Amino acid sequence: MGKWLGPCVPLSSMATSNTHGEDSPYFAGWKAYDKDPYDAINNPSGVIQMGLAENQVSFDLLEKYLEEHPEASGWGSTGISSFRENALFQDYHGLKSFRKAMASFMEQIRGGRAKFDPRRIVLTAGATAANELLTFILADAGDALLIPTPYYPGFDRDLRWRTRVNIIPVHCNSSNGFQITLQALEEAYAKAETAKIRVRGLLITNPSNPLGTAITRCVLEEILDFVTRKNIHLISDEIYSGSVFSPPAFVSVAELVEERGLENSERVHIVYSLSKDLGLPGFRVGTIYSYNTRVVTTARRMSSFTLVSSQTQKMLASMLSDEEFTGKYIKTNRQRLRERYEYIVQGLRAAGIECLQGNAGLFCWINLRPLLVEEPTREGELRLWNLILQEVKLNISPGSSCHCSEAGWFRMCFANMSLSTLEIALKRIKIFMERGRQDIASLI
Amino acid sequence: MVSPVSEEQNYGLLSRMATNDGHGENSCYFDGWKAYENDPFHPTLNPGGVIQMGLGENQLCLDMLQEWIEKHPEASICTAEGASEFKRIANFQDYHGLPEFRQAIANFMGKVRGGRVKFDADRVVMSGGATGAQEILAFCLADPGDAFLIPTPYYPAFDRDFRWRTGVQLLPIHCSSSNGFKVTEAALESAYEEAQMANIRVKGVLIANPSNPLGTTMDERTLTTLLTFTNRKRIHLVCDEIFAGTVFDEPKFTSITEMITQDDPTYDRDLIHIACSLSKDLGLPGFRIGIVYSYNDTVVNCARRMSSFGLVSSQTQWLIASMLSDEEFTHRLLSESAKRLSERHAIFTSGIGRDGIQCLTSNAGLFCWMDLRKLLKEDTVERELELWKTIVEDVKLNVSPGSSFHCGEPGWFRVCFANLDHETLEEALRRIRRFMEERRRKTIKRRREEMPPLSLPRTREDMSMGSCLPSPHSPLVRATS
Repeated sequence: MGKWLGPCVPLSSMATSNTHGEDSPYFAGWKAYDKDPYDAINNPSGVIQMGLAENQVSFDLLEKYLEEHPEASGWGSTGISSFRENALFQDYHGLKSFRKAMASFMEQIRGGRAKFDPRRIVLTAGATAANELLTFILADAGDALLIPTPYYPGFDRDLRWRTRVNIIPVHCNSSNGFQITLQALEEAYAKAETAKIRVRGLLITNPSNPLGTAITRCVLEEILDFVTRKNIHLISDEIYSGSVFSPPAFVSVAELVEERGLENSERVHIVYSLSKDLGLPGFRVGTIYSYNTRVVTTARRMSSFTLVSSQTQKMLASMLSDEEFTGKYIKTNRQRLRERYEYIVQGLRAAGIECLQGNAGLFCWINLRPLLVEEPTREGELRLWNLILQEVKLNISPGSSCHCSEAGWFRMCFANMSLSTLEIALKRIKIFMERGRQDIASLI
Repeated sequence: MVSPVSEEQNYGLLSRMATNDGHGENSCYFDGWKAYENDPFHPTLNPGGVIQMGLGENQLCLDMLQEWIEKHPEASICTAEGASEFKRIANFQDYHGLPEFRQAIANFMGKVRGGRVKFDADRVVMSGGATGAQEILAFCLADPGDAFLIPTPYYPAFDRDFRWRTGVQLLPIHCSSSNGFKVTEAALESAYEEAQMANIRVKGVLIANPSNPLGTTMDERTLTTLLTFTNRKRIHLVCDEIFAGTVFDEPKFTSITEMITQDDPTYDRDLIHIACSLSKDLGLPGFRIGIVYSYNDTVVNCARRMSSFGLVSSQTQWLIASMLSDEEFTHRLLSESAKRLSERHAIFTSGIGRDGIQCLTSNAGLFCWMDLRKLLKEDTVERELELWKTIVEDVKLNVSPGSSFHCGEPGWFRVCFANLDHETLEEALRRIRRFMEERRRKTIKRRREEMPPLSLPRTREDMSMGSCLPSPHSPLVRATS
């Protein structure tokens, strides 16, 4: 290749490790989909993507808004700021109007049961960045965060890769609907202590991905008491807070903190984003809301690496300040998600598949354990997953990729496709299930 | 509002990274900004306020960009003309980026380099501004404790971008005005050896070309020196070319990419990485369009994965893809921008030249590297900062002291000229003139007062000599005591 003597200095250990997590089956399914994507007309037998938690059910509401409000789209005289000012705006505090709009949107989602101070909102390019940033701030390399299982596979990368922080799972199981218990928390904490790893915080996703359930008030109280007792942080990723479509109503940790008169609130931090509720993952809008002023200041400084485009801030500030619009959007979005959920649950039931009872999110947590009669193991689950991918042509996410301790659970997304595509997906799975358990077991 | 927590309690709750000063905001580079924020100049509302000359921004061609956007509503996904793309774009979060965006960036980078290099769109990786690009490269190339060598003076925020969250060190390659602050082989070797002796593993060299704060472009000889050095040591070369589109004068810009053509095996291309952005060339810092471009496949893949932490908004990608695909426009923009920068540069340098102030001869960037060494009472950083304080507080100009750029010689200051309008620049020049005239008057007055006929006696002996004592620091008094 060249006349250079000897090998060059190695790349960083980070560049050569696989903590980026992309070797997980979570992503392998995406690749299979990319190779053979379903299209109603051009590729009707292709893979239907049910592994992507996106919200495409309410786009028309956004499009309609933009059509009716041209001032949101440009930099005209009725816009919030001129092009020049906007193009130059790189202040890490973020556009004031946008922060205010985000705060009020977050309040609306919680039915006004919690207040958000725009000065405590830090903007990041997506919740991916927000979670990583908080980890850098709250933990040193080698420390750990506790995370209840099953959890979003992306956390393995977001929280661990560049931060060098560990994740210690808090095991939850189906005996109580995968709810987080005090015992599980204590066990995980003790495990860390034994291994001489310092636990810096607990990260919960509420509503949960992949479970599709909102954490109950009493569990949340227990969690708050636990973190206070252990003097560790609580990160509440509330990215799906706007998608709670059935009772029980969503309870945010913000409400509890306020009820407690902000006692011990300096360890509570909330992550939010517009990627799920508004269905705008491309725009990269994430936020950190912290009750700890020092965290706010530091997070703001660190957000320099991951600011939100001022063009996007301006456009969304306009849209989200319109409380009449946002109120209607939140309500309609929830309704449509509920309809989708009921539709898929009905379809799955008709196919003989049960789900965990969910009330939020963009997915179902389905129970295929009965199909793993002979091999209720992770390996068996992965073989079943591969079978479903290859034969049923559905990409769903295996529970093991979410670190679920029980084999046989899968996450199936329902909001990232049209209703007709969902109908076809359900038909396919019904046909598959009609083969019968014995037959399927022999194929695994 | 929040229950008060003791400082120690709060301290222990957060990481070391959160509580150290790696964020770099304690540098005096930012003190001037604060002075400006407290008392910002405005031609009518606050004509006595501080003029911001510490911000390396390009505001000279925003009118052209605005005009283009107004003529191309389809480039926005929120207008009636662009609405059909809204759903697809708003949903697009693939870290590869929109193919049309990557291609437009690759083409633009080639154009900025006069068409002398072709860039591969598959090597274009997005980042959260150049800030994010630098950090990504540091994460990819070095482990905590490793070091990169960097020529001084350099952009202060590199200390944060390259080091804060990565734990990587930056060690200076000392450059001096004796040769226009060019990087020499001797300086490179010396910096490398020093690191070796301190047992620090050097992973590469980080350069900015064109340079901030010097405003100069590196000649081929220097680039060759750097390439030869890094190849010999088998270490990386990271080139920040963020100001490549701001070259307004001879000598022409030579990008590192021109020195490592595909057919020439002299240099190992796996060691070459570029960071750039549209913040300076186009003047769009708010849109956060950072680029990592590497000839090393592993680095491209790793950087791409890391870009998840700082992707460019798809809305912005779409706009930029449209704009930069307009060949006629980009050609016109680059040439007009160079013209306007050249004019500004000339106005400023000739203006202060008339007051006896020299700048380093420069052909690029948005600033001048002003030589105020002769105004220093002593050749020290303390005196430089004293002078700087005077300039900020009395002359009311926020300029950036050379020490904040790690310059080895006190007395140099970076002054930005492209982030303000023409009238404000003229006002700044007037203030500099008044300041220099005042200094001249004071110097003349002091000299007159020190001359023998005007001296007052301190002792009987002095009385007979007829000497005067204007102040205890008079040089004449020192000479006789």
